[in-house]
Amino acid sequence: MRFALRELRRRPGRFATATVILTLIAILLMFLGSLLDGLIRSSTGAIRAQDGDVLVYSDASRASLARSLIDPGVRAEIESVPGVVDTGGVGLVQLGARVPGAGERDLAAVALFGVEIPPAGVPEVPPPGQVYADEVLRSDGIAIGTELLLGPARSPVEVIGFVTDTSFIGQGALWSDAATWREVLEQNRPGARVGDEVFQALLVRGDTDADGLAASIDTATGSTESLSITDAANALPGVEEQQGTFNQIIGVTLVIAVVVIGLFFALITVERTALYGVLKALGAHTSTLFAGLVAQAAVVTLIAAVIAAGALIALDAAIPPGGLPLDVTPERIIVSTVLLLIAAIAGCAFSLRRILKIDPASAIGSGS
Amino acid sequence: MNTADDPTQNHQTATAEQALVLDDVRKVYRMGDGHEVVALDRARLSVGSDEIVALVGPSGSGKTTLCSIAGGILSATSGRVIVGGRDITDYSERQLTAFRQDMVGFVFQSVNLVPFLTARENLLVVDEMGKRTGAAARRRADQLLDELGLGDRARNLPSQLSGGQRQRVAIGRALMNEPELVLFDEPTSALDTQLGEQVMEIIRTEMKSRQTAAIVVTHDERITQYCDRTVHITDGVLEA
Repeated sequence: MRFALRELRRRPGRFATATVILTLIAILLMFLGSLLDGLIRSSTGAIRAQDGDVLVYSDASRASLARSLIDPGVRAEIESVPGVVDTGGVGLVQLGARVPGAGERDLAAVALFGVEIPPAGVPEVPPPGQVYADEVLRSDGIAIGTELLLGPARSPVEVIGFVTDTSFIGQGALWSDAATWREVLEQNRPGARVGDEVFQALLVRGDTDADGLAASIDTATGSTESLSITDAANALPGVEEQQGTFNQIIGVTLVIAVVVIGLFFALITVERTALYGVLKALGAHTSTLFAGLVAQAAVVTLIAAVIAAGALIALDAAIPPGGLPLDVTPERIIVSTVLLLIAAIAGCAFSLRRILKIDPASAIGSGS
Repeated sequence: MNTADDPTQNHQTATAEQALVLDDVRKVYRMGDGHEVVALDRARLSVGSDEIVALVGPSGSGKTTLCSIAGGILSATSGRVIVGGRDITDYSERQLTAFRQDMVGFVFQSVNLVPFLTARENLLVVDEMGKRTGAAARRRADQLLDELGLGDRARNLPSQLSGGQRQRVAIGRALMNEPELVLFDEPTSALDTQLGEQVMEIIRTEMKSRQTAAIVVTHDERITQYCDRTVHITDGVLEA
């Protein structure tokens, strides 16, 4: 294996083509993964931020806040279910927000949540007329003290703080108390107004496991669909479809990586047939020669992954917040690198049979 | 039973002083159309522990087959092969690989040094493939290179060496594992007459100083003068 690594060091040009192609593949893989993470993050942030265990929707809503209503009677039933410790209403209205200084038609897309239990990052439910805003809204020129005018009714709310990672379906969230949400909903969507004490969903805190609690609630009420926070996030419209589509593209990219590495090292193996014959005659095991090939593929892949990670981090730094939903994380980079390494080993496996078939006898009597 | 009539007993006695014993060795290749080609036919050959034997014959005469069997690269179809006292006749492929690491050295016709390794590293490849003795191997490589007059060329790549120097590196590589038997496959075929004679001189000196046996495959009768004995082979049949 050591001599294989020496070849890498002494003949880097020989591996340059494979490194460049693998770097491009690694960039694509990491970019797609980070884009998926960013999209999922910007879709599900508001749900993941809920500081509870279970989110309860009405049963015909198909886990959509817009289609769900929980009335006080159902809430009372839920609160009497064993294991339920606390509940908090959740309401949502998605609107365009006018930002002072921005053009009249230049609206910021916001999702105003009215909550009784503040989400993670929000210290307390704000007073009426005031909201905490998601960080992504800074790119729309929103700052602390900004007064936003929401929807066609231009309902005013004042931003008193920021919170991170609470976007909802790509929109920046605003977090208000229930009364403010109710008032903005009534002013801008009169047809969707809800009665006092009615919410679109109910956040439940419990003292038992979330899935079990969700099942108990649905059994007790007979009219709800309860989901753990994770399941509720995944059930948001488009999330599974996004994951499925991106994972398929990532899968195809990995297959391409396997083929590229396979072809490159198969070619190298063909070129080395005579050398491998000599080394086998000198007592090299096939496993030793294959290990050298895998070591070279692994090093080339690692170099490609490091360059790709650097390029992606630079790209992420260059993109202004809210510009592109790119979420570059060490986890994604490590996972992509590990997947590429597996692809590299799988690619090298194509050459194993060829190495096995090389006859050490070919070293003798050749060369004339 | 009379031990003189017992071939096993004879071999055990013989191999204590002999680097190689081929006893009635045949190698038969079955071709695709079913007929058989006899590459080596009932070969009997003994090589003493410090003897240099020239194996001379035309192309296709079986020289390569004999060398391959003696070096544990090919298995004989029948007969017995004993190298350095070890009967390798029934060795598995894995056993033969280990045997080649420990017991034999090869110098190939086209030298076949690893092109991206220095002269010293080419010698150390043998250690890397085998038991990995580390520092001891490095000392031995340095010593061999010094003895072969390549002490100042240790860090040179094969492309930076002359043909004769490359051949000397190949000889050093063949001696790295302190073999019982070294097989030279046409060692001078790529060299001019003068260089070929120099290389043969080195081979003789190195083999004799180490009391190591060697078979030198050649079709050049001129280099047989550097060998203790010449064996001819024609159509797979050895003639003393």
